[in-house]
Amino acid sequence: MAETLKGLGVSPGRAAGRVCRMAAPPELPAPAPVADADAELGRALDALRATAAELAERAEKAPDADARAILEAQSFIADDPGLHESVEAGVRSGKDAAHAIDEACAHHRRALLAAGGYIAERAADLDDVRNRAVAAVLGLPVPGVPTPGHPFVLVAEDLSPADTVNLDPDTVLALVTSRGGPTSHTAILARARGLPAVVACREVSEVGEGTWVSVDGLRGEVEAGIGEEAAAEIQRLAEAERRRTSTSRGPGRTSDDHPVKLLLNIGSAADLAPREVDAEGVGLFRTEFLFLDRREEPGYEEQVAAYAAVFRAAPGGHVVVRTLDAGTDKPLPFLGLAEETNPALGVRGLRVSRVRPEVLDTQLDAIAEAARQSGAEPWVMAPMVTTVGEAADFAGRARARGIDRVGAMVEVPAAALRAERLLRELDFLSIGTNDLSQYTFASDRQHGDLADLLDPWQAALLQLIADCATAGQAVGKPVGVCGEAAADPLLATVLVGLGVTSLSMSAPSVPAVRESLAAHSLAQCRDNARLALGADDPGQARKMIVPGW
Amino acid sequence: MPERTVVIASSTGLHARPAKIFVQAAAKQGMPVRIRVGEGKPVPANSMLAVLALGATHGTEVTLDAEGPGADEALDSLADLLARDLDAEETPHG
Repeated sequence: MAETLKGLGVSPGRAAGRVCRMAAPPELPAPAPVADADAELGRALDALRATAAELAERAEKAPDADARAILEAQSFIADDPGLHESVEAGVRSGKDAAHAIDEACAHHRRALLAAGGYIAERAADLDDVRNRAVAAVLGLPVPGVPTPGHPFVLVAEDLSPADTVNLDPDTVLALVTSRGGPTSHTAILARARGLPAVVACREVSEVGEGTWVSVDGLRGEVEAGIGEEAAAEIQRLAEAERRRTSTSRGPGRTSDDHPVKLLLNIGSAADLAPREVDAEGVGLFRTEFLFLDRREEPGYEEQVAAYAAVFRAAPGGHVVVRTLDAGTDKPLPFLGLAEETNPALGVRGLRVSRVRPEVLDTQLDAIAEAARQSGAEPWVMAPMVTTVGEAADFAGRARARGIDRVGAMVEVPAAALRAERLLRELDFLSIGTNDLSQYTFASDRQHGDLADLLDPWQAALLQLIADCATAGQAVGKPVGVCGEAAADPLLATVLVGLGVTSLSMSAPSVPAVRESLAAHSLAQCRDNARLALGADDPGQARKMIVPGW
Repeated sequence: MPERTVVIASSTGLHARPAKIFVQAAAKQGMPVRIRVGEGKPVPANSMLAVLALGATHGTEVTLDAEGPGADEALDSLADLLARDLDAEETPHG
């Protein structure tokens, strides 16, 4: 008997397959007495060697070079002679295999953390090795993403960045999490890979391993117990749909030819490598990816080269560059920012320039030089702009370097409320819906229990977007949306109806959004916008626009 | 004991892919090779965890040592590896 479970759809598309659950990290049992230390050491080292072999095997099958490098490094860690020595010392002092592995890993973890900076981030790799080896010793299921040898729907409480790096897009059909929200790592990963995903689906924790389920990432529904034949039919239809949309081409247009630019969110030129997606430019170039994992600020020359590479590779040469978006919530060691009790409300985004103005100056110099070298005319915007004064200061610094199109991200309600004044200083606005939700609804982006508040269909969020768009229309300046909300094909019609002029998203989302706009006239988009603004909750908004939702 | 002092050339430091390549090469030498930063404690060059914990970044000066027949050749080849920008070679993503 099929049963429908409700959650929040965060990445559109349909898929069906068997459920595979991500096992939790193993918990240590009470220490056991060791009768035969040699045999116990053998068990511990066998577990580590088996872990190393399995990680090496997965590295060979890794979908890309980054994932392969991480898995290879982990395999080396599991085989590390220094780690094996620590384990041996533990067993010789009377510990059982599981505790000896646990403590040896804890010891080396401290050494990595002491090295600080990006080395400290490798502690997560060591934790993963520890979990796998301890599970092997205890005979527990392997923690992390399962590898059942057939395609599956991955079910988990939530996914961390470390889990998601290993996801093989050929075998993972869809993601369903019992926690997580529309801006969680799970949601962002799913959209980046074009995987259907439903989050905040509490009841999915009751669905048994191997159950046949279908996932509707648009409606946020999971149907459990559908049977193998129904699943095969859904997969067949989904595959046909993917083939059809992958050939979609051309600029964004409503059915009556109202233009809406469809743009890409990228982190580096690598994201623009030849691919099937046709877009009209880059709407969000997140420059911080160049700065991550760095103990020293990347130099001027290196920045020029990285930016010029993006300017040259961008479709139509159109690129909106966002200056460094870092802070204590996304720490960069070289910034040397003081610890904060509430990082999301602290020194982040443009605010970093209050304490380290030279970092932004160097970046603007590099963007201007890259523009000269590549002949591009990039648009440049700052993250976390809050006041008109901040916007004016940023615009002055950018224009002094010959950057002509200067804008701001609207992520703080204070900025949205003053959009009209901001546009006296700036040439465009780009709305970051993830942070704007977080700050408007006073809800942490990663908070699994507040997912409903972070739903981009919330009318208060749409009202702020409407205010920005209206301010832009009044003076004929572009107002785009570059948050994840732009990737929802139905919400895209609402945003266009509110007056938004461009939508920027990860590449796999473009075809479905293009099709959705092409199926609606501007008048229908405006009707949808009016209905969504008038609704009291997101569920009601969706139902009013799509009867029977 | 033969030693070689070399400046880390890889842009990400002795980390990620460069660390893996170095540790792999060190493990293949027929003798124990050690590595240290400045006057710090030498650690086994075939240990990924120990090499990572050195925290050697781009521009850090490290010293390798080894003893026994063939030590000079082993140290030369490892020092040569560290003096190259291993990130620039065969970059991921292409």
